[in-house]
Amino acid sequence: MGGLKRASAAIVGVAESDLGHVADGLSVVDLMAQGVERALDDCGLRLKDIDGVFSATTQSRLSVLALCEYLGIDPPFLGSTIVGGSSFEYHVAHAMGAIEQGLCTVAVIAYGSTQRSVGRKQASVREINPYESPFKPFMPSSAYALAASRHMHEFGTTRAQLAAVAVAAREWALLNPAAWEKTPLTLDEVLAARMVSYPFTVRDCCLVTDGGGAVIVTSAEHARSLKKKPAYVLGCGQSTTHSSISSMPDLTVTGALASGKAAYKMAKLGPGDVDAFELYDAFTINTILFLEDLGLCKKGEGGAFVAGGRIGPKGTLAVNTNGGGLSYCHPGMYGLFLLIEAVRQLRGECGLRQVKDCDVALAHGNGGVLSSQATVILGSAATL
Amino acid sequence: MPAGEPSPLNRYLAYLEKGELAYQYSPEAGKAVFYPRLLCPFTGSANLEWRVSRGTGTVHATTVVHPAQGTPFNVALIDCDEGFRLMSRVEGIDPMKVRIGQRVRFRVHRPGGDDPPCPVFVPAEDV
Repeated sequence: MGGLKRASAAIVGVAESDLGHVADGLSVVDLMAQGVERALDDCGLRLKDIDGVFSATTQSRLSVLALCEYLGIDPPFLGSTIVGGSSFEYHVAHAMGAIEQGLCTVAVIAYGSTQRSVGRKQASVREINPYESPFKPFMPSSAYALAASRHMHEFGTTRAQLAAVAVAAREWALLNPAAWEKTPLTLDEVLAARMVSYPFTVRDCCLVTDGGGAVIVTSAEHARSLKKKPAYVLGCGQSTTHSSISSMPDLTVTGALASGKAAYKMAKLGPGDVDAFELYDAFTINTILFLEDLGLCKKGEGGAFVAGGRIGPKGTLAVNTNGGGLSYCHPGMYGLFLLIEAVRQLRGECGLRQVKDCDVALAHGNGGVLSSQATVILGSAATL
Repeated sequence: MPAGEPSPLNRYLAYLEKGELAYQYSPEAGKAVFYPRLLCPFTGSANLEWRVSRGTGTVHATTVVHPAQGTPFNVALIDCDEGFRLMSRVEGIDPMKVRIGQRVRFRVHRPGGDDPPCPVFVPAEDV
């Protein structure tokens, strides 16, 4: 098995569709198409250049077909891996492999969700698990809450430490004009908010917004001839440990450990080389788990690590610089937005929230209930 | 599997109807398997034995769900002494008082109507 080649491909175009609460009647494919059009504009490519299409959404059963029909294209390469919010980090690796093998030359990865407009129940069909559903866990929150309870039990992690993750995300969001949340948030406000599934209040949980977007991947060689600075794909890694939370092998160790290790190895980099971390923060515990599993601190020390503003805009480690799923946007499967922000940080397009001298950015996607983990490490030309 | 044979789920539910918590055991792996299935996840073997749990275990993880309407309730992961884990709840105690490491004992809950029985647990410091 040869594996993917470091920096053989790059992300060249990124865009969000409309976000937040989108216009009445817009469909998920409308949002995907809007993302595709804007991402093409971002890199100067045209619809006819696309010969690979990837998509995933909970609201369109055969979304890649719907998107191709909508765009009026017949690309030879299609991909619809759907493993929850990390699907798009999987798509990057799959697009890269397809490009290396000559199966396509320009791939677009698209996402759309109208879960805020239509309601979560409409946006995502509840699956009945006969071994879990009778106990009425509030999914996915309760699954993550169970993992948090173990982390608190084993390592003494506190609710205030969890809340520090939400506060840092909000501080970053206030620097991002596209963020849903516009007002400051304090530790006490997180702790005193409405309880959802202990230890999580509603402020420990990601937003419920509409939104979508697209990213465009092509060969490194092609990338250099396009409008914007390429974000080279330096490393990819994936790991799936379970599907339902009762089958998670260890509630305090995620597949990010394996996916991160694989991505670092391919990138020939370590955690200390990364300038910006975009980590899928569906819940406050996620950021703590992923900082540990991706090697920023030891297992169990994530709570203390995030305390005191370390991962906020005034801290020493840039984490979730767009405001994250907690405060920027969270349209159901958030993984695409991690890639968009990572690319923008590498290009230096992030205005007030720009990380200085950002040459390496890591996007870590999470899907299901800590089930599917996928890491993508992106780098500027300086990393080649 | 022959068409007339009960599915793993139906067999599990039939045990619960009798008031028993059943699980599977993989002789090749020497390990308990839960949820019930057709293949052992450790070996890929179809050779899985059915066993009945003693019904004692330890709380592995716990949360309290606060529904939009109604009173908060417990959801927990329980490690049964035979070495398998399942989702359940601990009853007969303030849901916030459920503690990781707490010893618990199985009892069958019969919701009635069309809903099948399910395994719940109560505190049992003596087991």
